Amino acid sequence: MAERERRHVRPRGTVFVPRTQLLSADDVQRAVRRMAHEIIERHESVDDLVLVGLQTGGVPFCELLHRELSAIAASDVLHGYLDVAFYRDDVGLHPVVEPASTTIAVDLTDRVVIIVDDVLYTGRTVRAALNALSDWGRARAIELAVMIDRGHRELPIRPDYVGKNLPTARHEAVDAHIEGVWIGELVAK
Amino acid sequence: MRTSIRGGDLISLADVSREAIVEVLDVAESFVEVNQRSIKKVPTLKGRVVASLFYEESTRTRLSFETAAKRLSADVLSLAVASSSVKKGESLRDTISTITALGIDAVVMRHMASGAPWQVSRVVPTVRVINAGDGQHQHPTQGLLDAFTIRQVLAERAGSRGSETGSEIFHGLRILIVGDIRHSRVARSDISAYQALGATVTVCAPPTLLPTDVASWGVDVATDFDDALAKADVVGLLRLQVERGSGAFVPSLREFTSLYGLTAERERLLPPHALVMHPGPMNRGVEVDSSVADGSHAVIERQVANGVPVRMAVLYLTVAGGEGDL
Repeated sequence: MAERERRHVRPRGTVFVPRTQLLSADDVQRAVRRMAHEIIERHESVDDLVLVGLQTGGVPFCELLHRELSAIAASDVLHGYLDVAFYRDDVGLHPVVEPASTTIAVDLTDRVVIIVDDVLYTGRTVRAALNALSDWGRARAIELAVMIDRGHRELPIRPDYVGKNLPTARHEAVDAHIEGVWIGELVAK
Repeated sequence: MRTSIRGGDLISLADVSREAIVEVLDVAESFVEVNQRSIKKVPTLKGRVVASLFYEESTRTRLSFETAAKRLSADVLSLAVASSSVKKGESLRDTISTITALGIDAVVMRHMASGAPWQVSRVVPTVRVINAGDGQHQHPTQGLLDAFTIRQVLAERAGSRGSETGSEIFHGLRILIVGDIRHSRVARSDISAYQALGATVTVCAPPTLLPTDVASWGVDVATDFDDALAKADVVGLLRLQVERGSGAFVPSLREFTSLYGLTAERERLLPPHALVMHPGPMNRGVEVDSSVADGSHAVIERQVANGVPVRMAVLYLTVAGGEGDL
């Protein structure tokens, strides 16, 4: 549990308290495998695909999707990680989030980028990621794959590949990991 | 002791905890990556204004602070004190009131008087004050970038990343600081940082260039320079500060060099893994031989290069930090 807590960015001073488990590790695995197939279905070739996992919650899903996709396509699909802390629009409104590492080794010009994240909520993280990615070149297209779409969008952003649609209330919190998906609340420590 | 510099001022490293220092070093590591991109700029501080106010000359600190602010997309107001109303006798307080009236978010300040940034921080509580060196008191960003450089080099040697090691690398590390300790704000900030991170600090200097209160600093004082060099993992050299009258504290520069200079002969006494650091600007041939400054032990260029990411981290945490906990 300590490891999971550390890897998930929480607003400082709060802790996630799970209420119900919605998906098991198996369910997650199968959903990601389906998403990999959907990506193959939409793209003739995986050669110019680049998976970009968002730090920190999107990283394990990006790793898993990369494994599945590479296995199906029988070639090593390019992938990297992106931290959007420096591109957020709420800098100064909240305490800053400690940045994690960014590793995008290729020029994205004329490639198809698939942003991978764990939970799609307001869409503001994805907006920040879109801004950030433009610094690595002009991608031919950018798509979005998320494990959980929980609604409550504040920006005109929709995902291309979804693991599971999950209607939630704003006061609830979703914890998505490859070991499973839980719904619960964030409470003060 | 503050456990984070988020949303606060940075006046001195003596009043921040190990946790706060490690946080700056970890954030700086992310900015090293930003500085390696082809587009070395992030929009984090877009619309914020950072004023740089240098009452004392500076090359690298001023340039690296301004570069850092620009790479974070902040607007930089740079007051050239020599051509400003300061020359007409305007007081520090009035100058500060004037520039804060322009709506700035942070002031990066160097002043010849110890404590000047602290005074300013009391006058303008809504503006973040970052000390870029005040008299003989502190130079906190130099202390942070020195600690960052040590951690970076040692982590690389161990095949890891600084952020993975936290402050572990400093435990039991023997750091020797040599030279004009008395007048050096860099020495004071370095010692604060190294001690907070868990290193053992030894100082070595002519007795006249040791501060009178050195006994209360919690450092060892070495009298045998050659012996201290052989035991050091890191040697931090300091510039002999002639503009602060250091010249009068030693019989002659040549005598200082022969007794306390890191000459090519003395370099051989160092353990092979030892690092040699210097905050710059160097008096080549006085506190350090040219061949040593450019030699295999030296990490001096790295220190300069790390100035930008470390100062980006300090600006990011203080200006964008938000007040306290969520």
